[in-house]
Amino acid sequence: METIISIKPLLAVLVSLLVIPVLVSSSDKPNVRESWTFIAGIIKFLIVLSMLPAVLSQKQIVLTLFKIAPGADIAFRVDALGMLFALVASSLYIITSMYSIGYMRGLNEHGQTRFVSFFALAISATIGAAFSANLLTLYLFYEVLSLATYPLVTHHQDENSRISGRKYLVFILGTSIGLVLPAMIYCYHATGTLEFASGGIFSGQLSKPAATVLLLMFVFGFAKAGIMPVHSWLPAAMVAPTPVSALLHAVAVVKVGAFSIVRVITGIFGVDFLLSFHLGSLVAAIASITIIVSSCIALTQDEFKRRLAYSTIGQLSYIILGVALLSPKGMTGGMLHIAMHAFGKITLFFCAGAIFVATGKKYISQMVGIGKRMPLTMIAFLIGSMSIIGLPPTGGFISKWYLVLGTLEGDQMIMLFVLLSSSLLNAAYFMPIFYKAFFCTKEESMFEDKIEEAPMMCVIPLLITALISFGLFFFPQPFLDLAKLAVKGFIGG
Amino acid sequence: MENYPALIVVAPFITGLLAGLFVWIEKRLSYPIVLTGLFVSALSAIQVLIRVIGSGPIQYKLGGWSPPIGIEYRIDLLNAMVLCLVSGVAFLNLIASYKSALKEIGDRASSYFTVYNLFITGLLGVTITGDLFNLYVLIEITSLTSYAQVAMGDRDRGPLASLNYIFIGVIGASFYLLGVGYLYMYTGSLNMADVAVLIKGSQGSSTVLTAFILCILGIWIKMALFPFHVWLPNAYTYSPVIFSRVVAPLMTKVMVYIMIRLMITVFGYDYIFNTLHLSEAVVWLATIAVLAGGVMALAQKNLKKMLTYIIVSEIGYMVGGAWMGNQLGMTGAILHIFNDALMTFALFLAVGNMVYRIEKVDITDLKGLFGKMPWTMGGFVLAAFSIIGVPPTCGFFSKWYLILGALEKGAYHFAAALIVSSLICAVLFFKVFEICFFESGSHGHEHSSHGPAVIEEAPVSMLVISGLVSLSLIVAGCYSGTIVNTIILPFLK
Repeated sequence: METIISIKPLLAVLVSLLVIPVLVSSSDKPNVRESWTFIAGIIKFLIVLSMLPAVLSQKQIVLTLFKIAPGADIAFRVDALGMLFALVASSLYIITSMYSIGYMRGLNEHGQTRFVSFFALAISATIGAAFSANLLTLYLFYEVLSLATYPLVTHHQDENSRISGRKYLVFILGTSIGLVLPAMIYCYHATGTLEFASGGIFSGQLSKPAATVLLLMFVFGFAKAGIMPVHSWLPAAMVAPTPVSALLHAVAVVKVGAFSIVRVITGIFGVDFLLSFHLGSLVAAIASITIIVSSCIALTQDEFKRRLAYSTIGQLSYIILGVALLSPKGMTGGMLHIAMHAFGKITLFFCAGAIFVATGKKYISQMVGIGKRMPLTMIAFLIGSMSIIGLPPTGGFISKWYLVLGTLEGDQMIMLFVLLSSSLLNAAYFMPIFYKAFFCTKEESMFEDKIEEAPMMCVIPLLITALISFGLFFFPQPFLDLAKLAVKGFIGG
Repeated sequence: MENYPALIVVAPFITGLLAGLFVWIEKRLSYPIVLTGLFVSALSAIQVLIRVIGSGPIQYKLGGWSPPIGIEYRIDLLNAMVLCLVSGVAFLNLIASYKSALKEIGDRASSYFTVYNLFITGLLGVTITGDLFNLYVLIEITSLTSYAQVAMGDRDRGPLASLNYIFIGVIGASFYLLGVGYLYMYTGSLNMADVAVLIKGSQGSSTVLTAFILCILGIWIKMALFPFHVWLPNAYTYSPVIFSRVVAPLMTKVMVYIMIRLMITVFGYDYIFNTLHLSEAVVWLATIAVLAGGVMALAQKNLKKMLTYIIVSEIGYMVGGAWMGNQLGMTGAILHIFNDALMTFALFLAVGNMVYRIEKVDITDLKGLFGKMPWTMGGFVLAAFSIIGVPPTCGFFSKWYLILGALEKGAYHFAAALIVSSLICAVLFFKVFEICFFESGSHGHEHSSHGPAVIEEAPVSMLVISGLVSLSLIVAGCYSGTIVNTIILPFLK
């Protein structure tokens, strides 16, 4: 495979890092500050986008920053999978920045400069993780992301967020230091490299029990992916302002977790290695349990954002499940789901936030009849939830289609059953919200019959993401091509 | 110039004495005089390091007398690095702590600078000398001046801490001296290189064994390796800021350097690891030190004291690495000398800033500090991350080598202890961050907790140095590959 040495991946990471001092210095001029956020976001997206053609023509863009030890540098490599993730994260960052303005100003939140600064740091780390060439670099950005997100999660600085913040740290930092770090160092000790390679880095150094332990350390260690039982930080983290929940806890942070697991499965262990030890089905089984259990819990949640959080936990495991199937179609579906779920779920979070800004309501039981007051928001909600359920004509259908094909390809009937029943559960926890929002009698309705949406800056972003979710059904090409390319690299290479 | 090696030691010595004289003549001059001395010393140390990297070890005959009769300075890569570290930290600290010294020590400050420079002279001499007895003399100079400086701190507890320190320090020094006596008895020489040649082949000699055990024990007491650490926490906590800032990063690290010097240059790897087989026992001791330091730190209510127990834990890191008996472990230990000095310096600089503003640093006194001293806290957070071992700060990379060394040796307990210690440090520091972040600093009830905090930072001279040193942690981390490849590996060959 052809490689190009370029500084672009570094620039993509640095842009939002370098803008932080500017953000801080313009803290008393909110409009100037927000413009800088946008400029940085757009430049970042354009840099990422400019690397797309090269990646699509099967080239890799590489850059080594610092040589630490042989086989473990701090280095970037842009491949199809990383590109897919970076595209999703950097494009949604722009939309979320717009949404944050509407949300944070709508609620007159304190500490907005701190908020946008750490947001910028978090997105830098996300792109860094996407472009990491080896496990060491990935771990580096993973940790930076964990720490940058802490002040965002605990933004309100009250007792509630202190407790949630503590939970967040215990789960995220505890697992990454306690499980991933030793597992990573053991990998390096055994093989002398941490470079992601298409066939994995192991060649006979590991027995099956050792490989199993190591794999589980990674799967549970990257707790951002929310595999049960290391998921409970995610519902707790919902105390954060909604833009954080939307971008970080539906897209960036949680997907960095899932992405890391995918990287480890494909680049450290390698598909063939896992197939030979039948370890894929172990991971798939863990993911399946998470899918079903979290969907069931989601049914019971009345707080809107918590229901979304449990839904996210289930959907993240789709990604893991798809990749753990180790079949081409399944892996394509899993990777594609990174993108499809992102656009769908961020829409839903935007809706939750918009409702909160406009009406102050957080609980689903208080949202009867809200469709008459906020029709645009609720229609976007419908599209978003359809995408999560996997109904056409939304992007979520495509990824689920591939996932189902993947189970058939591998003859995994149980997994097929898991996917289908999860879809039903998804419908069961989303559809009643929509139904009650529009179809209720005058007496039941809790809102006056007058259209009053959230601020424009809140509504426009959620309409955009809903539209993209819809459009991805018809034009999934960029993401689908990238996913297929990535799979070709991991299996064909 | 040929005399750089002498200048490193002589410059702070002469200027220290001069400053003492100037207390009677013109008080205000003593500060610039000592500062110049340290500046010259630091520059010479850098010159020497560059020369050693370029053209190998330097031998310098003091006063033109040839060894083994005369005292010889022998500078290789290892002590050239430590010399830079000591003189650099001493110089920067003198700038950073000037205001704080005036505030704490008041009138006596100008005469204090003499003691300060003598202390640094001692540390530099210990590092540079190639003579075992000269080493003893310089250790005593270092110790005597530290006893004095500790006693100048907290009016109530400083003197007692100092007395405690004297008792144990004297015992340590006597052990070492006795060991040197045995070596002299056996070889008739005090020159390190000479002794090394003379004891080669006398593996079975009980005199050499006794000498070895006594020397190492003495150094361990001086370095505060658990369980010989009892003097350290009080001595460092109750001493004046200017002293704790320099002694915490340097003293223990220089002692670790001496231990490594004795192990490698005098007694030899072969003797220690192949004849005595002490490695396993000492690594266990280090494991316990790492954990015990961490656990005791958890119990502390005073921030400064908590940090001193972290030092006790970090000593375990270096001792364990050095006694691992393989190249990776030793690399980790030496790298950690450098990294730990930097990060402890950064931590104590930040704490010094806090002391300057809020005087008492019990953890509960730190409420609302993120708002009050944002820059200081920024530096503190970075340093804390380095202690926890978050990449890309330098603390991560030495831990990386240490764990690799432990895995290679099969010392899984030591690797596990390092991981657990990271987790303990995470708990320790986030406990502090929580109080600084969540609890409002204002005591009046009228103040809104969300109102903009009044910034009351330390003076600029303190802030700038503290900030720069904290940032250097990231730089040192990114270039740790370079440090390993140009200094440590060539030294270990």
